[in-house]
Amino acid sequence: MTVKVSLPFDKDYVTQFSQGLNEPDWMKTLRLNAFDKAESLEMPKPDKTNIKDWNFTEFKHHAEGEKIESIHDLPFELLNLLDHEKEQQNLIIQRNHTVAFSSFDKKLEEQGVIFTDIQSAIRNHGDLVEKYYMTDAVHVDEHRLTALHAALMNGGVFVYVPKNVNISEPLQTIFWQEDPEAALINHVLVVAEENSSVTYVENYTSNNKDVKSSANNVTEVIAKAGAKVSFGAVDNFEAGTTVYTNRRGLAERDATIEWALGQMNEGDTVSENITHLLGDNSHSNAKTVAIGRGTQKQNFTANITHFGKGSDGYILQHGVMRDKSSGIFNGIGKIEHGASKSNAEQESRVLMLSKDARGDANPILLIDEDDVTAGHAASVGRVDPMQLYYLMSRGISKFEAERLIIHGFLAPVVNQLPVEAVKQQMKQLIERKVY
Amino acid sequence: MAGSTLEIKDLHVEIEGQEILKGVNLTVNGGEFHAVMGPNGTGKSTLASAVMGHPKYEVTQGQVFLDGENVLEMEVDERAQAGLFLAMQYPSEISGVTNSDFLRSSINARREEGDEISLMKFIKEMDEAMDTLDMDKNMAQRYLNEGFSGGEKKRNEILQLMMIKPAIAILDEIDSGLDIDALKVVAKGINEMRNENFGCLTITHYQRLLNYITPDKVHVMMQGRIVKTGGPELAQRLEAEGYDWIKQELGIEDETIGQKA
Repeated sequence: MTVKVSLPFDKDYVTQFSQGLNEPDWMKTLRLNAFDKAESLEMPKPDKTNIKDWNFTEFKHHAEGEKIESIHDLPFELLNLLDHEKEQQNLIIQRNHTVAFSSFDKKLEEQGVIFTDIQSAIRNHGDLVEKYYMTDAVHVDEHRLTALHAALMNGGVFVYVPKNVNISEPLQTIFWQEDPEAALINHVLVVAEENSSVTYVENYTSNNKDVKSSANNVTEVIAKAGAKVSFGAVDNFEAGTTVYTNRRGLAERDATIEWALGQMNEGDTVSENITHLLGDNSHSNAKTVAIGRGTQKQNFTANITHFGKGSDGYILQHGVMRDKSSGIFNGIGKIEHGASKSNAEQESRVLMLSKDARGDANPILLIDEDDVTAGHAASVGRVDPMQLYYLMSRGISKFEAERLIIHGFLAPVVNQLPVEAVKQQMKQLIERKVY
Repeated sequence: MAGSTLEIKDLHVEIEGQEILKGVNLTVNGGEFHAVMGPNGTGKSTLASAVMGHPKYEVTQGQVFLDGENVLEMEVDERAQAGLFLAMQYPSEISGVTNSDFLRSSINARREEGDEISLMKFIKEMDEAMDTLDMDKNMAQRYLNEGFSGGEKKRNEILQLMMIKPAIAILDEIDSGLDIDALKVVAKGINEMRNENFGCLTITHYQRLLNYITPDKVHVMMQGRIVKTGGPELAQRLEAEGYDWIKQELGIEDETIGQKA
């Protein structure tokens, strides 16, 4: 027996929503086709986590956000995400589903760099967006959630870096779900043309401890030959939000994609982070750290698939699980036939802070080529008593020793976040969630 | 008398059910340098670990006092705060925690809240200590012992000793794996600590370390006990003649404890 799950919105709604945004026909058609598929496609099946009953369909789909005249009007916790020493040159704050604040360095604009909300990009740079939007990286019909995403996408940003342009200052976005009922279906599209480079960092935050909502977010990063994209994120949705997040990268010849993902959500979360090393000598470094607490269930997959010769992939996943939370960490290094001289390394470690917590580290190497190197390390365990002994033997209390060890364990992502304020905020989040 | 006093009385210690120490008696006063020598597997490192409170060692009998306070009732951090320090043979590697953050936490752990060491003073002291130990300055920002060579780990232990300035230090085979140049550097660091307020117990099975750190007293350990005590000349005789004469003198056939190496 198949249970038909009814969708909360119908085709008329999708049509009206698209028209209300003045979207071009291609986008409206993409949404409507996706809507049809969402009805028939299956839910994704993350390994060892049953998400059948998770809420991805009941939510408020659209909420306006008030404009912010000055950054100083931001609430304290958002103000904390910004480096105050520097003027925020490249910043977009999305409040609910509309842009509340944006600023962008004129010089970059003159060089042809695009950094704008996704709706403006669809209207003003339609050809570019159409070329990359759910075409090569994430596909509409992968499963029900990707189709739902495409049908109901209601926020996001577009980053475009022209050939040979290197951006030294990071581009920062804050996605602020102020309305507790509003769901975020966010699409982040980053395209870096040949030999360009960009650092992007995003923060997600919501206000719904008790009110149920959901997030269904897709990120696509396209790094053309010789391009370098450093992507940092701190996801911090409140407990009421059930999260599906799919971040995918395509790296062409000699391109590099670096991920530093701080997965600090309070609610149930499925996160996929897949990078395809398409070109020869492409490179990816995918780091994720996560904390689970309460009865939270989380499933993380980091996958680097090698197609290009001499491609190099390194996955790091570190999770801390406390209370009755559960965290599954799947690390997949896949080397396709022909990707000779490639190297696939991964490390997944889970630190258990309570006997009722559950942690799984599943290292998987799938190798279809002889002339390669690969390695994995995985562990699930408690704080090492020898490390505690060592620190305590210098007079450090047990509490402080554990604190140092846990912060150290989560440091690989913290240290890689590009904006100092975001780094500090991540440290505070760790502090708050672990103690 | 200046400084602190560490008294070890009739100490018996087991690991995983096997008795390693079978009644050790030893007193170290401030200003004194002691050396505990002996072949491998006689219980020297067990003595060091048990006094510091290593979680795997169980004290089954005997007492340890620091200035009259019962050390065995203290948690490991309390022992350190009371003035004990152990330079470990195999220090842990702790990823993500920089050497300098760790050292500052260690120093501040024994200071009152609000009286933390200033960053300037800390950096100055660390720079000086690192110069003495001929350490690369970027070691301060590396993660604690992670990827350190054997010699770097030993220097790092002595760096901590110099920064923390304990009342009584136990150095567990601080010379193992060091070439002669590194040994001299490490000894220089330890000798800089010499004053009437600092007592030191050096554990080694090579006499060569004692050429650079001259002990006031030398103890020989066999079968989990101290079997002979003398002055620096004892260490020299051991270097020249080995341990067999002591075994003969005392009628010991196997100096080790059980099968454990």
